[in-house]
Amino acid sequence: MYTVADLKKGLKITLDGDPYLVVAFDFVKPGKGQALYRTKMRNMINGTLLDRTYRSGETFDSANLEEREMEYLYKEGTHYTFMDQANYEQVVMEEETLGDAKNFLLENLKVDVMMFGEKPIGVSLPNFVNLRVTEAEQWAKGDTSGNDTKPATVETGYVLRVPPFIEEGELIVIDTRNGEYSTRVKG
Amino acid sequence: MHSDALWLRAHIIKSIRDFFWMRGFLEVETPLLIPANAPEEYIDPILALPWQLQTSPELCMKRLLCRGHKHIFQISHCWRADERGLRHLSEFTMLEWYRADGDYNNLMADCEDLLKHVATACLANSPVYSHKGFIIDPFSSWIKISVQEAFLKYSNTSVWECLEKGLYEDVLTTIIEPELGRYPSPVFLTDYPAELAALSRLKPDHPELAERFELYLGGLELANGFSELNDSLEQRRRFDEANVVRINFGRSALPLPERFLDELDRMPPAAGIALGVDRLVMLAAGAVSIDEVVAFTTEQL
Repeated sequence: MYTVADLKKGLKITLDGDPYLVVAFDFVKPGKGQALYRTKMRNMINGTLLDRTYRSGETFDSANLEEREMEYLYKEGTHYTFMDQANYEQVVMEEETLGDAKNFLLENLKVDVMMFGEKPIGVSLPNFVNLRVTEAEQWAKGDTSGNDTKPATVETGYVLRVPPFIEEGELIVIDTRNGEYSTRVKG
Repeated sequence: MHSDALWLRAHIIKSIRDFFWMRGFLEVETPLLIPANAPEEYIDPILALPWQLQTSPELCMKRLLCRGHKHIFQISHCWRADERGLRHLSEFTMLEWYRADGDYNNLMADCEDLLKHVATACLANSPVYSHKGFIIDPFSSWIKISVQEAFLKYSNTSVWECLEKGLYEDVLTTIIEPELGRYPSPVFLTDYPAELAALSRLKPDHPELAERFELYLGGLELANGFSELNDSLEQRRRFDEANVVRINFGRSALPLPERFLDELDRMPPAAGIALGVDRLVMLAAGAVSIDEVVAFTTEQL
Protein backbone atom coordinates (compact mmCIF):
# COMPACT_ATOMS: atom_id res chain seq x y z
CA MET A 1 0.00 0.00 0.00
CA TYR A 2 1.34 3.42 -0.97
CA THR A 3 0.30 6.88 0.23
CA VAL A 4 0.52 10.13 -1.74
CA ALA A 5 3.87 10.75 -0.03
CA ASP A 6 5.31 7.77 -1.96
CA LEU A 7 4.37 9.18 -5.37
CA LYS A 8 7.30 9.72 -7.68
CA LYS A 9 8.34 9.05 -11.25
CA GLY A 10 8.74 5.32 -11.84
CA LEU A 11 6.28 4.16 -9.15
CA LYS A 12 4.00 1.33 -10.26
CA ILE A 13 0.51 1.27 -8.84
CA THR A 14 -2.82 -0.46 -9.44
CA LEU A 15 -5.71 1.70 -10.53
CA ASP A 16 -9.19 0.49 -11.52
CA GLY A 17 -7.72 -2.99 -11.75
CA ASP A 18 -4.90 -2.11 -14.15
CA PRO A 19 -1.19 -1.59 -13.49
CA TYR A 20 0.05 1.97 -14.08
CA LEU A 21 3.52 3.48 -14.24
CA VAL A 22 3.90 7.05 -12.92
CA VAL A 23 5.70 8.93 -15.72
CA ALA A 24 5.46 12.50 -14.37
CA PHE A 25 4.79 13.90 -10.92
CA ASP A 26 4.41 17.33 -9.34
CA PHE A 27 3.54 18.46 -5.83
CA VAL A 28 1.56 21.71 -5.62
CA LYS A 29 0.29 23.46 -2.55
CA PRO A 30 -1.20 26.93 -2.71
CA GLY A 31 -0.75 29.05 0.43
CA LYS A 32 -2.94 27.82 3.28
CA GLY A 33 -4.61 25.39 0.89
CA GLN A 34 -4.65 21.64 0.45
CA ALA A 35 -1.74 19.87 -1.16
CA LEU A 36 -2.37 18.43 -4.63
CA TYR A 37 -0.33 15.60 -6.08
CA ARG A 38 -0.49 15.79 -9.86
CA THR A 39 0.52 12.69 -11.77
CA LYS A 40 0.68 11.49 -15.33
CA MET A 41 0.48 7.71 -15.57
CA ARG A 42 0.80 5.17 -18.33
CA ASN A 43 -1.42 2.11 -18.37
CA MET A 44 1.04 -0.77 -18.57
CA ILE A 45 -1.38 -2.95 -20.51
CA ASN A 46 -2.65 -0.68 -23.27
CA GLY A 47 -0.21 2.24 -23.04
CA THR A 48 -2.83 4.97 -22.64
CA LEU A 49 -1.81 8.05 -20.66
CA LEU A 50 -3.88 9.30 -17.77
CA ASP A 51 -3.72 12.51 -15.72
CA ARG A 52 -4.79 12.14 -12.12
CA THR A 53 -4.66 14.57 -9.19
CA TYR A 54 -4.59 13.22 -5.65
CA ARG A 55 -4.95 14.82 -2.23
CA SER A 56 -3.45 14.07 1.16
CA GLY A 57 -4.76 10.92 2.77
CA GLU A 58 -5.36 8.99 -0.47
CA THR A 59 -3.72 5.59 -0.80
CA PHE A 60 -2.91 3.20 -3.64
CA ASP A 61 -2.25 -0.48 -4.06
CA SER A 62 1.13 -1.33 -5.43
CA ALA A 63 1.14 -3.11 -8.77
CA ASN A 64 1.96 -6.76 -8.15
CA LEU A 65 4.31 -7.25 -11.11
CA GLU A 66 6.63 -10.17 -11.68
CA GLU A 67 8.72 -11.36 -14.63
CA ARG A 68 8.63 -15.12 -15.15
CA GLU A 69 10.71 -17.17 -17.56
CA MET A 70 8.45 -19.02 -19.97
CA GLU A 71 8.55 -20.99 -23.17
CA TYR A 72 6.31 -20.14 -26.11
CA LEU A 73 4.26 -23.21 -27.04
CA TYR A 74 1.68 -22.55 -29.73
CA LYS A 75 -0.87 -20.22 -31.20
CA GLU A 76 -4.60 -20.83 -31.60
CA GLY A 77 -6.50 -18.08 -33.40
CA THR A 78 -5.46 -14.92 -31.57
CA HIS A 79 -4.44 -16.75 -28.37
CA TYR A 80 -0.77 -17.43 -27.66
CA THR A 81 0.08 -20.04 -25.06
CA PHE A 82 3.22 -19.95 -22.93
CA MET A 83 4.48 -22.34 -20.27
CA ASP A 84 6.20 -21.35 -17.05
CA GLN A 85 9.58 -23.11 -16.91
CA ALA A 86 9.45 -23.38 -13.12
CA ASN A 87 6.04 -24.91 -12.48
CA TYR A 88 4.81 -25.91 -15.97
CA GLU A 89 1.79 -23.67 -15.54
CA GLN A 90 0.37 -22.41 -18.83
CA VAL A 91 -0.76 -18.86 -19.52
CA VAL A 92 -2.57 -17.49 -22.54
CA MET A 93 -1.94 -14.06 -24.00
CA GLU A 94 -4.02 -12.15 -26.53
CA GLU A 95 -2.40 -11.09 -29.79
CA GLU A 96 -3.30 -7.48 -28.99
CA THR A 97 -1.39 -7.61 -25.71
CA LEU A 98 1.68 -9.10 -27.38
CA GLY A 99 1.97 -6.24 -29.85
CA ASP A 100 4.97 -6.54 -32.18
CA ALA A 101 6.40 -9.41 -30.15
CA LYS A 102 4.10 -11.79 -32.04
CA ASN A 103 6.30 -11.32 -35.13
CA PHE A 104 9.22 -13.08 -33.49
CA LEU A 105 7.59 -15.89 -31.55
CA LEU A 106 8.77 -19.26 -32.70
CA GLU A 107 7.78 -22.42 -30.85
CA ASN A 108 10.04 -23.23 -27.91
CA LEU A 109 11.44 -19.67 -27.75
CA LYS A 110 12.35 -18.68 -24.17
CA VAL A 111 10.92 -15.30 -23.18
CA ASP A 112 10.27 -13.33 -20.00
CA VAL A 113 6.56 -12.82 -19.42
CA MET A 114 5.53 -9.84 -17.28
CA MET A 115 2.76 -11.02 -14.95
CA PHE A 116 0.33 -8.62 -13.25
CA GLY A 117 -0.99 -10.89 -10.55
CA GLU A 118 -2.27 -13.86 -12.55
CA LYS A 119 -2.53 -11.88 -15.76
CA PRO A 120 0.21 -11.82 -18.42
CA ILE A 121 0.61 -8.25 -19.71
CA GLY A 122 3.65 -8.41 -21.97
CA VAL A 123 6.79 -10.29 -22.97
CA SER A 124 10.46 -9.35 -23.19
CA LEU A 125 12.14 -11.10 -26.05
CA PRO A 126 15.82 -11.85 -26.58
CA ASN A 127 17.38 -8.92 -28.49
CA PHE A 128 18.06 -11.19 -31.47
CA VAL A 129 16.12 -14.13 -32.89
CA ASN A 130 16.89 -16.46 -35.77
CA LEU A 131 14.04 -16.99 -38.23
CA ARG A 132 13.91 -18.85 -41.52
CA VAL A 133 12.91 -17.05 -44.72
CA THR A 134 9.85 -18.71 -46.23
CA GLU A 135 9.31 -16.38 -49.14
CA ALA A 136 11.63 -13.99 -50.99
CA GLU A 137 11.96 -12.75 -54.52
CA GLN A 138 14.82 -14.04 -56.61
CA TRP A 139 17.91 -11.88 -56.74
CA ALA A 140 18.32 -10.41 -60.20
CA LYS A 141 22.03 -11.18 -60.70
CA GLY A 142 22.59 -8.25 -62.99
CA ASP A 143 21.44 -5.80 -60.36
CA THR A 144 24.48 -3.85 -59.21
CA SER A 145 22.76 -1.41 -56.86
CA GLY A 146 24.08 -3.22 -53.81
CA ASN A 147 22.28 -1.04 -51.28
CA ASP A 148 18.83 -2.08 -52.35
CA THR A 149 16.61 -4.23 -50.20
CA LYS A 150 13.70 -6.46 -51.02
CA PRO A 151 10.76 -7.75 -48.99
CA ALA A 152 10.94 -11.18 -47.41
CA THR A 153 8.56 -13.22 -45.28
CA VAL A 154 9.80 -15.30 -42.38
CA GLU A 155 8.29 -18.42 -40.80
CA THR A 156 6.18 -16.41 -38.30
CA GLY A 157 4.51 -14.59 -41.20
CA TYR A 158 6.41 -11.37 -40.45
CA VAL A 159 7.46 -9.36 -43.50
CA LEU A 160 10.65 -7.26 -43.44
CA ARG A 161 13.23 -5.74 -45.79
CA VAL A 162 16.32 -7.85 -46.40
CA PRO A 163 19.39 -7.50 -48.64
CA PRO A 164 18.84 -8.80 -52.19
CA PHE A 165 21.16 -11.79 -51.78
CA ILE A 166 18.95 -13.44 -49.13
CA GLU A 167 17.12 -16.43 -50.52
CA GLU A 168 14.22 -18.62 -49.53
CA GLY A 169 15.11 -21.22 -46.92
CA GLU A 170 17.93 -19.16 -45.40
CA LEU A 171 18.15 -18.48 -41.68
CA ILE A 172 18.48 -14.78 -40.76
CA VAL A 173 19.04 -12.84 -37.54
CA ILE A 174 16.45 -10.19 -36.68
CA ASP A 175 16.85 -7.47 -34.07
CA THR A 176 13.61 -7.67 -32.07
CA ARG A 177 14.03 -4.12 -30.70
CA ASN A 178 13.42 -2.52 -34.10
CA GLY A 179 12.24 -5.50 -36.13
CA GLU A 180 15.04 -5.08 -38.69
CA TYR A 181 17.28 -7.54 -40.49
CA SER A 182 20.61 -7.88 -38.76
CA THR A 183 22.68 -10.53 -40.50
CA ARG A 184 22.60 -13.88 -42.21
CA VAL A 185 23.24 -17.12 -40.33
CA LYS A 186 25.92 -18.87 -42.31
CA GLY A 187 25.61 -22.58 -42.39
CA MET B 1 24.07 22.92 -7.33
CA HIS B 2 26.26 25.47 -9.09
CA SER B 3 28.50 27.59 -6.88
CA ASP B 4 27.16 30.73 -8.59
CA ALA B 5 23.77 29.95 -7.09
CA LEU B 6 25.28 29.76 -3.59
CA TRP B 7 26.90 33.17 -4.11
CA LEU B 8 23.63 34.60 -5.39
CA ARG B 9 21.80 33.14 -2.41
CA ALA B 10 24.30 34.64 0.04
CA HIS B 11 24.09 38.04 -1.65
CA ILE B 12 20.31 38.01 -1.52
CA ILE B 13 20.23 37.13 2.18
CA LYS B 14 22.75 39.89 2.90
CA SER B 15 20.74 42.40 0.86
CA ILE B 16 17.54 41.46 2.73
CA ARG B 17 19.35 42.11 6.03
CA ASP B 18 20.68 45.45 4.73
CA PHE B 19 17.20 46.43 3.60
CA PHE B 20 15.59 45.91 7.01
CA TRP B 21 18.54 47.26 9.03
CA MET B 22 18.47 50.46 6.97
CA ARG B 23 14.78 50.84 7.80
CA GLY B 24 15.29 50.41 11.53
CA PHE B 25 13.84 46.90 11.85
CA LEU B 26 15.21 44.82 14.71
CA GLU B 27 16.60 41.49 13.58
CA VAL B 28 15.37 38.81 15.98
CA GLU B 29 16.00 35.13 16.56
CA THR B 30 13.21 33.09 18.12
CA PRO B 31 13.37 29.40 19.09
CA LEU B 32 12.92 26.89 16.28
CA LEU B 33 11.72 24.19 18.66
CA ILE B 34 8.40 25.20 20.18
CA PRO B 35 5.58 23.55 22.15
CA ALA B 36 2.88 24.44 19.61
CA ASN B 37 2.51 25.99 16.18
CA ALA B 38 -0.65 27.71 15.01
CA PRO B 39 -2.89 24.76 14.11
CA GLU B 40 -3.63 24.96 10.39
CA GLU B 41 -5.90 22.76 8.33
CA TYR B 42 -3.32 21.59 5.82
CA ILE B 43 0.09 22.15 7.41
CA ASP B 44 1.67 19.33 9.39
CA PRO B 45 4.51 20.20 11.74
CA ILE B 46 7.46 17.87 12.15
CA LEU B 47 7.28 16.52 15.67
CA ALA B 48 10.22 16.60 18.05
CA LEU B 49 8.27 15.15 20.96
CA PRO B 50 6.95 16.48 23.19
CA TRP B 51 7.44 19.66 21.10
CA GLN B 52 7.51 20.57 17.39
CA LEU B 53 9.77 22.28 14.92
CA GLN B 54 8.36 25.61 13.86
CA THR B 55 6.32 25.73 10.65
CA SER B 56 6.72 29.53 10.78
CA PRO B 57 8.19 31.91 13.38
CA GLU B 58 4.98 33.93 13.53
CA LEU B 59 3.76 33.10 17.04
CA CYS B 60 6.97 34.10 18.83
CA MET B 61 7.34 37.17 16.61
CA LYS B 62 3.84 38.34 17.47
CA ARG B 63 4.60 37.85 21.15
CA LEU B 64 7.51 40.23 20.65
CA LEU B 65 5.04 42.79 19.26
CA CYS B 66 3.02 42.30 22.46
CA ARG B 67 6.16 43.22 24.39
CA GLY B 68 6.36 46.54 22.60
CA HIS B 69 8.71 45.92 19.66
CA LYS B 70 7.38 47.81 16.66
CA HIS B 71 9.42 46.65 13.65
CA ILE B 72 11.02 43.22 13.63
CA PHE B 73 12.31 40.78 11.04
CA GLN B 74 13.78 37.30 11.05
CA ILE B 75 15.36 34.92 8.55
CA SER B 76 14.96 31.40 9.88
CA HIS B 77 14.47 27.79 8.91
CA CYS B 78 10.98 26.29 8.98
CA TRP B 79 9.80 22.71 8.63
CA ARG B 80 6.62 21.28 7.15
CA ALA B 81 6.13 17.54 6.98
CA ASP B 82 5.74 15.81 3.61
CA GLU B 83 6.08 18.92 1.45
CA ARG B 84 8.37 18.14 -1.44
CA GLY B 85 8.22 19.17 -5.07
CA LEU B 86 9.72 21.55 -7.59
CA ARG B 87 8.81 24.50 -5.31
CA HIS B 88 8.87 22.79 -1.92
CA LEU B 89 11.38 21.41 0.52
CA SER B 90 10.37 20.07 3.90
CA GLU B 91 13.05 22.29 5.47
CA PHE B 92 13.19 25.74 3.93
CA THR B 93 14.21 29.31 4.68
CA MET B 94 11.61 31.92 5.56
CA LEU B 95 11.82 35.68 5.90
CA GLU B 96 9.14 37.17 8.13
CA TRP B 97 8.65 40.80 9.09
CA TYR B 98 6.10 42.52 11.28
CA ARG B 99 5.18 46.15 11.75
CA ALA B 100 3.05 47.44 14.61
CA ASP B 101 2.17 50.61 12.77
CA GLY B 102 0.26 49.51 9.74
CA ASP B 103 -1.88 47.06 7.88
CA TYR B 104 -1.51 44.83 4.84
CA ASN B 105 -1.26 47.86 2.53
CA ASN B 106 2.01 48.87 4.23
CA LEU B 107 3.32 45.35 3.74
CA MET B 108 2.56 45.48 0.03
CA ALA B 109 4.56 48.71 -0.17
CA ASP B 110 7.41 46.97 1.72
CA CYS B 111 7.35 44.12 -0.82
CA GLU B 112 7.79 46.56 -3.70
CA ASP B 113 10.70 48.30 -2.01
CA LEU B 114 12.34 45.02 -0.97
CA LEU B 115 12.17 43.37 -4.39
CA LYS B 116 13.54 46.50 -6.06
CA HIS B 117 16.33 46.68 -3.50
CA VAL B 118 17.30 43.01 -3.90
CA ALA B 119 17.23 43.24 -7.70
CA THR B 120 19.43 46.35 -7.70
CA ALA B 121 21.86 44.95 -5.14
CA CYS B 122 22.14 41.39 -6.49
CA LEU B 123 21.20 41.52 -10.17
CA ALA B 124 23.11 44.62 -11.21
CA ASN B 125 23.48 43.74 -14.89
CA SER B 126 19.82 42.95 -15.37
CA PRO B 127 17.67 43.85 -12.34
CA VAL B 128 14.70 41.61 -13.20
CA TYR B 129 13.37 38.28 -11.97
CA SER B 130 12.38 35.35 -14.16
CA HIS B 131 10.35 32.18 -13.94
CA LYS B 132 9.56 29.57 -16.60
CA GLY B 133 10.83 31.88 -19.31
CA PHE B 134 8.81 34.89 -18.19
CA ILE B 135 10.61 38.07 -17.17
CA ILE B 136 9.17 39.95 -14.19
CA ASP B 137 10.35 43.53 -13.81
CA PRO B 138 10.06 44.86 -10.23
CA PHE B 139 10.46 48.42 -11.56
CA SER B 140 7.32 48.19 -13.72
CA SER B 141 4.01 49.06 -12.11
CA TRP B 142 2.76 46.31 -9.79
CA ILE B 143 -0.65 44.72 -10.26
CA LYS B 144 -3.28 44.29 -7.56
CA ILE B 145 -6.25 41.99 -8.15
CA SER B 146 -8.68 40.57 -5.60
CA VAL B 147 -9.15 36.82 -5.30
CA GLN B 148 -12.80 37.03 -6.27
CA GLU B 149 -11.99 39.27 -9.26
CA ALA B 150 -9.32 36.83 -10.43
CA PHE B 151 -11.64 33.80 -10.15
CA LEU B 152 -14.42 35.57 -12.07
CA LYS B 153 -12.07 36.91 -14.72
CA TYR B 154 -10.01 33.80 -15.41
CA SER B 155 -12.17 30.86 -14.44
CA ASN B 156 -15.61 32.36 -14.85
CA THR B 157 -16.64 31.01 -11.44
CA SER B 158 -16.98 32.54 -8.01
CA VAL B 159 -14.30 31.71 -5.46
CA TRP B 160 -17.03 30.88 -2.94
CA GLU B 161 -18.56 28.38 -5.32
CA CYS B 162 -15.13 26.78 -5.79
CA LEU B 163 -14.58 26.62 -2.02
CA GLU B 164 -17.96 24.99 -1.53
CA LYS B 165 -17.28 22.35 -4.19
CA GLY B 166 -13.73 21.67 -2.97
CA LEU B 167 -12.29 23.00 -6.24
CA TYR B 168 -10.47 26.03 -4.83
CA GLU B 169 -6.93 24.59 -4.98
CA ASP B 170 -7.52 23.02 -8.40
CA VAL B 171 -8.80 26.20 -10.02
CA LEU B 172 -6.20 28.35 -8.30
CA THR B 173 -3.24 26.23 -9.40
CA THR B 174 -4.37 25.14 -12.86
CA ILE B 175 -6.12 28.31 -14.07
CA ILE B 176 -5.41 31.38 -11.92
CA GLU B 177 -1.70 30.96 -11.16
CA PRO B 178 -0.70 30.32 -14.80
CA GLU B 179 -2.66 33.46 -15.76
CA LEU B 180 -0.87 35.50 -13.09
CA GLY B 181 2.34 34.14 -14.59
CA ARG B 182 1.73 36.10 -17.78
CA TYR B 183 2.08 39.49 -16.11
CA PRO B 184 5.48 41.10 -16.72
CA SER B 185 5.24 42.64 -13.25
CA PRO B 186 4.69 41.29 -9.74
CA VAL B 187 1.04 40.66 -8.82
CA PHE B 188 -0.73 40.90 -5.47
CA LEU B 189 -3.72 38.59 -5.08
CA THR B 190 -5.70 40.33 -2.32
CA ASP B 191 -8.73 40.04 -0.04
CA TYR B 192 -9.10 36.32 0.51
CA PRO B 193 -12.47 34.84 1.52
CA ALA B 194 -12.87 34.81 5.31
CA GLU B 195 -12.79 30.98 5.10
CA LEU B 196 -9.10 31.32 4.18
CA ALA B 197 -8.29 34.02 6.74
CA ALA B 198 -6.01 31.87 8.96
CA LEU B 199 -4.54 34.42 11.40
CA SER B 200 -5.66 37.54 9.58
CA ARG B 201 -8.11 40.30 10.42
CA LEU B 202 -11.40 40.51 8.51
CA LYS B 203 -12.17 43.67 6.56
CA PRO B 204 -14.25 45.93 8.84
CA ASP B 205 -16.58 46.96 5.99
CA HIS B 206 -16.62 43.49 4.33
CA PRO B 207 -16.49 40.77 6.99
CA GLU B 208 -16.74 38.08 4.30
CA LEU B 209 -13.21 39.06 3.25
CA ALA B 210 -9.89 38.95 5.05
CA GLU B 211 -7.14 41.56 4.83
CA ARG B 212 -4.78 38.98 3.42
CA PHE B 213 -2.71 38.94 0.24
CA GLU B 214 -0.27 36.75 -1.60
CA LEU B 215 2.52 37.99 -3.82
CA TYR B 216 3.11 36.23 -7.15
CA LEU B 217 5.99 36.60 -9.59
CA GLY B 218 5.69 34.69 -12.83
CA GLY B 219 2.87 32.64 -11.30
CA LEU B 220 5.14 31.54 -8.44
CA GLU B 221 3.73 32.24 -4.99
CA LEU B 222 6.40 34.16 -3.11
CA ALA B 223 4.86 35.71 0.01
CA ASN B 224 1.75 35.66 2.17
CA GLY B 225 0.90 38.69 4.32
CA PHE B 226 -1.95 40.05 6.32
CA SER B 227 -3.31 42.51 8.83
CA GLU B 228 -3.06 40.53 12.04
CA LEU B 229 -6.01 39.36 14.04
CA ASN B 230 -5.58 40.39 17.69
CA ASP B 231 -8.75 38.98 19.17
CA SER B 232 -7.88 35.89 21.17
CA LEU B 233 -11.44 34.56 21.33
CA GLU B 234 -11.84 34.69 17.57
CA GLN B 235 -8.35 33.25 17.10
CA ARG B 236 -9.12 30.35 19.45
CA ARG B 237 -12.34 29.69 17.56
CA ARG B 238 -10.40 29.51 14.25
CA PHE B 239 -7.77 27.18 15.73
CA ASP B 240 -10.53 24.89 17.00
CA GLU B 241 -12.18 24.99 13.60
CA ALA B 242 -8.89 24.11 11.92
CA ASN B 243 -8.53 21.13 14.24
CA VAL B 244 -12.04 19.95 13.34
CA VAL B 245 -11.09 20.03 9.65
CA ARG B 246 -7.86 18.20 10.48
CA ILE B 247 -9.74 15.43 12.24
CA ASN B 248 -12.26 15.17 9.38
CA PHE B 249 -9.37 14.72 6.95
CA GLY B 250 -7.82 11.97 9.06
CA ARG B 251 -5.12 14.15 10.60
CA SER B 252 -4.56 14.50 14.31
CA ALA B 253 -5.67 17.60 16.19
CA LEU B 254 -2.79 19.86 17.20
CA PRO B 255 -2.22 21.42 20.62
CA LEU B 256 -3.16 25.09 20.91
CA PRO B 257 -0.46 27.70 21.53
CA GLU B 258 -1.88 28.84 24.88
CA ARG B 259 0.76 31.44 25.80
CA PHE B 260 0.30 33.11 22.43
CA LEU B 261 -3.49 33.18 22.93
CA ASP B 262 -3.03 34.58 26.47
CA GLU B 263 -1.02 37.51 25.13
CA LEU B 264 -2.78 38.12 21.82
CA ASP B 265 -5.33 40.65 23.14
CA ARG B 266 -2.41 42.88 24.15
CA MET B 267 -0.98 42.92 20.62
CA PRO B 268 -1.22 46.34 19.00
CA PRO B 269 -2.81 46.57 15.54
CA ALA B 270 -0.14 45.08 13.33
CA ALA B 271 0.64 43.41 10.05
CA GLY B 272 3.01 40.59 9.24
CA ILE B 273 4.26 38.66 6.26
CA ALA B 274 6.17 35.50 5.38
CA LEU B 275 8.32 35.35 2.24
CA GLY B 276 10.03 32.22 0.93
CA VAL B 277 13.71 33.02 0.62
CA ASP B 278 14.48 29.95 -1.48
CA ARG B 279 11.80 30.99 -3.96
CA LEU B 280 13.16 34.53 -4.11
CA VAL B 281 16.55 33.05 -5.02
CA MET B 282 14.82 30.83 -7.61
CA LEU B 283 13.28 33.95 -9.19
CA ALA B 284 16.60 35.79 -9.15
CA ALA B 285 18.42 32.79 -10.64
CA GLY B 286 15.63 31.89 -13.07
CA ALA B 287 15.66 28.41 -11.51
CA VAL B 288 12.90 25.94 -12.33
CA SER B 289 13.43 23.84 -9.21
CA ILE B 290 14.13 24.74 -5.59
CA ASP B 291 16.87 22.08 -5.74
CA GLU B 292 18.99 24.50 -7.78
CA VAL B 293 19.21 27.12 -5.03
CA VAL B 294 19.98 25.18 -1.85
CA ALA B 295 23.28 23.65 -0.74
CA PHE B 296 21.65 20.29 -0.03
CA THR B 297 18.23 18.81 -0.69
CA THR B 298 16.69 16.28 1.68
CA GLU B 299 17.53 13.47 -0.75
CA GLN B 300 21.22 14.45 -0.80
CA LEU B 301 21.63 14.06 2.95
